[in-house]
This record gives sequence, C-alpha cells and structure tokens, in this order.
Amino acid sequence: MPQINFKRVPTSERDPKERARNFEEVNLGYTAEQAIEEAKRCLQCKNRPCVAGCPVEVYIPEFIKLISEGDFKGAIAKNKEKNNLPGICGRVCPQESQCEAKCTLGVKGDPVSIGKLERFVADQEIKDGVKAPEAPVKNGLKVAVVGAGPSSLTCAADLARMGYEVTIFEALHKPGGVLSYGIPPFRLPRNIIETEVNYVKNLGVQIKMDVLIGKSTTIKELFDGGYKAVFIGSGAGLPSFLNIPGENSNGVFSANEYLTRVNLMKAYKFPNFDTPVWLGKRVAVVGCGNVAMDSVRTALRLGAEKAMIVYRRTSNEMTARVEEYHHAQEEGVEFNWLTNPLEILADEKGRVTGMKCVKMRLCEPDASGRCRPEPIPGSEFTVELDTVIIALGTSPNPLIAQTTPELKTAKHGNLIVDDKYQTTMPGVFGGGDAVTGSATVIQAMGAGKIAARSIDEYIKAK
Amino acid sequence: MFTILEKRDLADKICEYVFEAPLVAKKARPGQFVILRLDEEGERIPITLADTDPKTGRIKIVVQAIGTTTNRLHCFEKGGAIADIIGPLGTPTHLDGFKKAVCVGGGVGIACIHPIAKELKAMGVQVTSIIGSRCKDLVFFEDEMRAASHELIVTTDDGSYGRKGLVTGPLAELLQGADKADVVFSVGPVIMMREVAKATKPYEVKTYVSLNPIMVDGTGMCGACRVSVGGVTKFGCVDGPDFDGHQVDFDLLMKRLAMFKEMEQQSLGLWQKEGCKCHK
Ligand SMILES: Cc1cc2nc3c(=O)[nH]c(=O)nc-3n(C[C@H](O)[C@H](O)[C@H](O)COP(=O)(O)OP(=O)(O)OC[C@H]3O[C@@H](n4cnc5c(N)ncnc54)[C@H](O)[C@@H]3O)c2cc1C
Ligand SMILES: Cc1cc2nc3c(=O)[nH]c(=O)nc-3n(C[C@H](O)[C@H](O)[C@H](O)COP(=O)(O)OP(=O)(O)OC[C@H]3O[C@@H](n4cnc5c(N)ncnc54)[C@H](O)[C@@H]3O)c2cc1C
Ligand code: SF4
Ligand code: FES
Repeated sequence: MPQINFKRVPTSERDPKERARNFEEVNLGYTAEQAIEEAKRCLQCKNRPCVAGCPVEVYIPEFIKLISEGDFKGAIAKNKEKNNLPGICGRVCPQESQCEAKCTLGVKGDPVSIGKLERFVADQEIKDGVKAPEAPVKNGLKVAVVGAGPSSLTCAADLARMGYEVTIFEALHKPGGVLSYGIPPFRLPRNIIETEVNYVKNLGVQIKMDVLIGKSTTIKELFDGGYKAVFIGSGAGLPSFLNIPGENSNGVFSANEYLTRVNLMKAYKFPNFDTPVWLGKRVAVVGCGNVAMDSVRTALRLGAEKAMIVYRRTSNEMTARVEEYHHAQEEGVEFNWLTNPLEILADEKGRVTGMKCVKMRLCEPDASGRCRPEPIPGSEFTVELDTVIIALGTSPNPLIAQTTPELKTAKHGNLIVDDKYQTTMPGVFGGGDAVTGSATVIQAMGAGKIAARSIDEYIKAK
Repeated sequence: MFTILEKRDLADKICEYVFEAPLVAKKARPGQFVILRLDEEGERIPITLADTDPKTGRIKIVVQAIGTTTNRLHCFEKGGAIADIIGPLGTPTHLDGFKKAVCVGGGVGIACIHPIAKELKAMGVQVTSIIGSRCKDLVFFEDEMRAASHELIVTTDDGSYGRKGLVTGPLAELLQGADKADVVFSVGPVIMMREVAKATKPYEVKTYVSLNPIMVDGTGMCGACRVSVGGVTKFGCVDGPDFDGHQVDFDLLMKRLAMFKEMEQQSLGLWQKEGCKCHK
C-alpha cells in the first residue's frame, strides 16, 4: 500500500497587489509535474463518492488515474465523455461543496483537488491543440435551443451527439451566457470560453446570434419552422434593485450592467473599445455572493482606491465561494458585515456622493432556522462613495413567458417543469437558471443534460 | 454581418441606411427599435426602425452623427457590413382607439415618428404631423411625412423653412376647439418631449413620448435604461420606449443621459484624431 498523502499540492496564484490592478487570470493552475503528483493522491475508491457529488457525473477517478499515468490526452477524452465544458467547470464550479466535499480523503485531510485537475487537462489540451470531435451522423430532425449559456450549450452538444440538427438562438452578440457577460476574465479567460464553445460548434451545433426569442421570433414559430422540440435555457438575467431613494443616481449600477460593460463589451480596454464604464474611486457593492465578489474585484481592477462589500448578514451567511472571498480579502476588499443601505445620496448633477446605512443584528433563529437580520435603532451612518453596485441576485427574464401563454411560471417567473424538464407546453423543455433562478454553471449543465435525454425520448415517442 | 444595401444623406450629419434583416422586418411594429454594433470594438447602440418591409426583409434606419459610434457608422458605405443588428426591441407604440392624432417629430426623431404616423393613417385615424428642425439644412423626410399624414406642418427654430419657432407653437393650436386631437405622439430631443408634454397637460390630451435612455443589452438584463414614470422605476428597453409624457421624470432622464459625457468626449476625440478608417 502506498503512503496516503493528506496534503494537497497547492497551485500558484498571482501576487494579490499586482493582480488586483489587471484582468489576468489569478490562479495559475498546475504544471504537469504538480498535476501528476496531485493525481497520485487519489485513492481510486471503488464506491466513487466524488462522482455522486457531480451533477454531470464526470468519470472522476478514471480521468484522474489517466493523469497520474501521464496520459493527458486520455484524461481529457475521458472527462469530455461527460463534460463538454471542462476548462470552464474546472475554474468556476464550487467543487468544495460538490465532488470534493464527498472525497474520501477529505475525511482526514485535503480532498483531491478535482477541479484544478480538471482545469489542468483542459488547459493541456488547448496547449496541445484541441482535437475537433468527429461530427456525428445526422438524423435530420431539428431541435431549437434558446440561449447560449452553459445549460443550452450542454443540451445542444448532447443532442448533436445523438444526431439531431441543433440550432441555438442567442440574444446577445456572443455565446456563453453569464460566462461571457458576467464572470470576469481574471477568473475565466475568454479563450477558454471560445475553445469550449467551438468544441460544441464542431459537433455540428449552429449558433445564431442576435435573435431574441419572444421578439425576433416566437416559440410557436419555431415549431412552425419545422423544429420538433425546443429547449429554453434563457437564464435568470433580470436584476433586482434595492428600491431605496436615490437608486437611479449616476454611479448606481446593477452588477449585470457593470459586469456586462466590462466583460462583454470590454470597457476595461476603453478607449480602444468604444463602450465606457464608470471609473469609481470609492465603490460599494451591495450583497455578498459570487456576483458581488466579481463586481468588487472588478472595481479594484478599474482603479478603485476603496472597494467594499456591504452586506446585511455576516460571513457565515454569505453565498460567495470561500476561494473568491479569500481572493477578495487578499486584494484589499473591505467587508462591512451587518450593514444595510437605506438611501443613496447624490449631488445636484445626480452623481452619487454617498450612501446612508444602518447597522443590523441577527435575531434568534426563527421557525425556519434562519437568523433574520434586523436594524439596530439609532445606528444610522453615512459612507462617502462615488459608485454603488447592486448585486442582490436576479430572476428569470419574463420575455419568453410573456410571449408564450402556454408556458406557466412559478413565483419570480421561474419556468415550471416536470421531472423530465418538460415545461407546461408540450415539446418545450427548460433548464438552468430559467427554471431554478440563479444557481450554478454545473447545475445548469446537469439540467441541460437530462433535458437532452428527455427531448430524445419525446421525439422518438412521437 | 449585416450589409448596407442603400445609404443616403438626408441632412447635415444625418444619414439613412437600408439593411437586410428579415427577422426584424417581419416582426417590427411602429415604435420599436434595434440595437446595433459596428464591429468587435463597437458599442451597442439603440436606433429606432424608421421603416420596415416584411416582404423584402429590409429595414430602414436614420442616424444622426453625435458621438463615436454614430460618426463611425457614417464612414461605412453602401456594400459595407456591420457586425450586429438585433430586434425588433421594445414594446410597440399603443395605437388603438384614437380618432385624431398629432404626431410630433423633432430632429432625428422625425424618422422615429414616421412609422407611427404611417400606421395611424393606414388605420383610418386623422393624422396631423408636426416636424421641427433647427434650420432648413436639417429638415428631412418631408415627403415621407407628407405621405404618412393628412396634414403636415414643418417648423424651423430660425424660420429658414416652414413656420418659425418650436413645434409646440402649432401643437397648441391643434389642442383647442371641439374637434381637438385625442392623442399626441412625440419623439425627439428630451427637452422637446418635455415641452410637448407640458403643452398638452392643461388640455388633458393623452401624450406618448418615446424615451431614449442609455442602453446596453436592450433585453431587460442590465437596467442601464432605468427611467422614472409616475414615481415608479421602469426599464426603457422593455417597458418602453413609449411612456405617458405627463408622468415621466424628464429631469432624471437628462441627468442619466449625461452619465458618461467625459468618456464619450475622450472617445470621440480619439476617433477624430485617428480619422475615418473607411469600411467598404
Ligand atoms: C457574475 C456572476 C458570477 C458567477 N459565478 C459563478 C461561479 O463562480 N460558479 C458557478 O457555478 N456559477 C456562477 N454563477 C452562476 C452561473 O453563471 C449561472 O448559474 C449559469 O450561467 C446559468 O446558466 P444558464 O445556461 O441557465 O443561463 P445563462 O448563463 O444566464 O445564459 C442564458 C443565455 O440566454 C440568453 N437569452 C435570454 N433570453 C433570451 C431570449 N429570449 N432569446 C434568446 N436568448 C436569450 C442570454 O442572453 C444568455 O446568453 C455566476 C453568475 C454571475 C452573474
Ligand atoms: C430607443 C432609442 C431609439 C433611438 N433612436 C435613434 C434614431 O433613430 N436615430 C438616432 O440617430 N439616434 C437614436 N437614438 C440615440 C442613439 O442611440 C444615440 O445617439 C447613440 O447611442 C449615440 O452613440 P455615440 O457613440 O455616437 O455617441 P456618444 O458620444 O457615445 O453619446 C452621445 C449621447 O448619446 C447618448 N448615448 C450614448 N450611448 C448610448 C447608448 N448605448 N444607448 C442610448 N443612448 C446613448 C448619451 O446621452 C450620450 O451623451 C435612440 C436612442 C434610444 C434609446
Ligand atoms: S473520492 Fe476522492 S480519493 Fe476517492 S476516487 Fe474520488 S477523488 Fe479519488
Ligand atoms: S438596456 Fe439593459 S435592461 Fe434595458
């Protein structure tokens, strides 16, 4: 029996001071030697607990074994049998609460660094030149997919593999959904998204940009046009605001707007790119999830002298990944816990000058077990600011449901689906954030995968 | 890519473009707009559909050069192509249930009021249109607007053509008497729309204005286009662009339109220095 190694091989990261001023990727990933060393830690458990923690059931021990043997080509091929977007997942998935949380080694030490290993094989393949997949034999049946986010890309790729002629319709001018407009390049470099989207295209999937379903054309018209089934992966793009006075002042942005300007429109390269972005010196981001972390770290990179999180609960309740929270701390982000905004203040030109807040305290857990924050009377104070970014979460865009009366939605506009991901309209399936509200990349991909199987069953049964 | 099939100079810095965009042409209703992007470096900007033909799949837009994107577009010639056109976006103008309408267009807004007047006339509504420009050289679409209306009044601020003064002059006259108009549609500079709304208020004539907030995606995803109507925040790109002129917070709209002024000037300055790289 080889010695069990409980310590994880660390990856190197760019220096926090230097990286907080540019958009280069923060984590540098493994070298080949490091990857092999880390892969050798895997116990190759027979019961494969890690796989049960993965929403797309990646062959985890199998691909890790191939890495440990130095067979990187074999490893990426094995990984891609289940996951079409490994370079993306390896970077953005919350492995610490999924596969790695279930890893046997985690009981006594560090779980295997499954995410970093997945990223390694994907990057290695890009270095070696990605092999285009063999285009599957077409069966002549057309399926339409709405949106080009991870849910749709997964569904489309799986359907293409089964032989379907798949067309994706995307409203924006670039595919990727949140991956392209939301997650910044310092966490997910753009060439990774491009490579993985190209992989899907090479399976024969067509992507049509600049088509807004519900406006440019409708679900019903897609069926009239010969599509046998439709998958809706339109995400949860509608931003929430605080609904407090002063929120329409110049310098107040939804995280979606702020991040879209920077990531999709490349405003960080202004004026070489035409789209501007507000360059705040004192920036507050309201909320404490991944979106808030991305926004506040982006603000630093755009030159903020002070970048802070304002959150009405504490670090125990925040929804951001621990890794992102640590990165933000290292880069100098200030955290204001138990603080709730009351009003945004502005000058006569309508530009933000500050924010009035109140301190909160967590009361005793209620029947549901959650501590509700409540304001502490008399604790109001004002913080001087020139920028406020609202990162309070998003809900599904109502556009498609509004223009397709057959589609029933639940509270917050989430599409109602059955256990096969079929919506209330026959032949129309849905998955990802459009169904769950904002969740994760891998959950969206998992839904896309199951929906692809259901669509196949549905069409075959007709 | 979207190819420019026709290009025509209409007035100083105002050009008309015809593109082939079948999906947009098939679905477009008066009051809707597109978002376009010139190329990889380009910004997404909203432009109203001035005319559409579902049969040929063609759309027409009229653009006034004021900043980087609009000036850059004017460097494109017939046969050139731009990266993206998406639409039709926005909620179509509410046209049902009126007998007598006044359509007021100012500046480049004349192109935007055109499909509204045209459709109203086709629906059997009595249409009087007022189009206003700063001076004679900026008047355009006179023939198009005459054809789309039963009566057309042209005004120029300096009196170099048509009636001297602002559009609100003739408008006030049309709001009086027993057979006064029952609705006013207005598209143009924010100040003009504010004045139109002020002029119609005492007569309690329903007044629609078409707001032009800064937009990014145009699909309801970012909230850049926030406007305040009757004290409630709305998204201009999906809830509008048309709103009840008597409820709009025009002051807020003007402030928000100036949000990126300095950067826009920097960008335009750079473009002017580098000159026009012609796209054929
Ligand atoms: C800033 C940010 C950071 C995040 N970080 C992480 C992270 O680190 N890890 C993680 O796992 N998750 C993260 N998430 C969440 C994750 O990105 C989403 O859960 C995931 O992208 C959802 O995928 P989707 O395919 O359902 O939808 P989206 O990715 O939202 O894609 C939907 C696509 O559909 C298009 N669309 C919408 N309506 C229409 C229409 N009517 N017609 C045509 N196209 C339409 C949209 O333009 C979009 O491109 C983050 C989210 C954000 C916003
Ligand atoms: C619904 C709608 C319909 C419009 N229709 C027309 C039309 O038919 N013809 C026409 O010539 N113009 C139209 N506009 C205005 C046009 O979008 C702006 O003139 C254009 O965006 C200016 O871009 P620029 O880069 O040339 O100038 P910039 O120098 O970037 O901006 C000049 C000014 O235009 C406004 N503006 C800037 N960026 C945007 C943006 N992304 N979205 C909206 N406004 C912006 C700001 O007030 C800014 O100060 C419309 C605007 C809206 C919202
Ligand atoms: S649970 Fe951990 S140790 Fe076991 S097979 Fe999976 S990755 Fe390897
Ligand atoms: S332009 Fe983004 S929501 Fe209206």
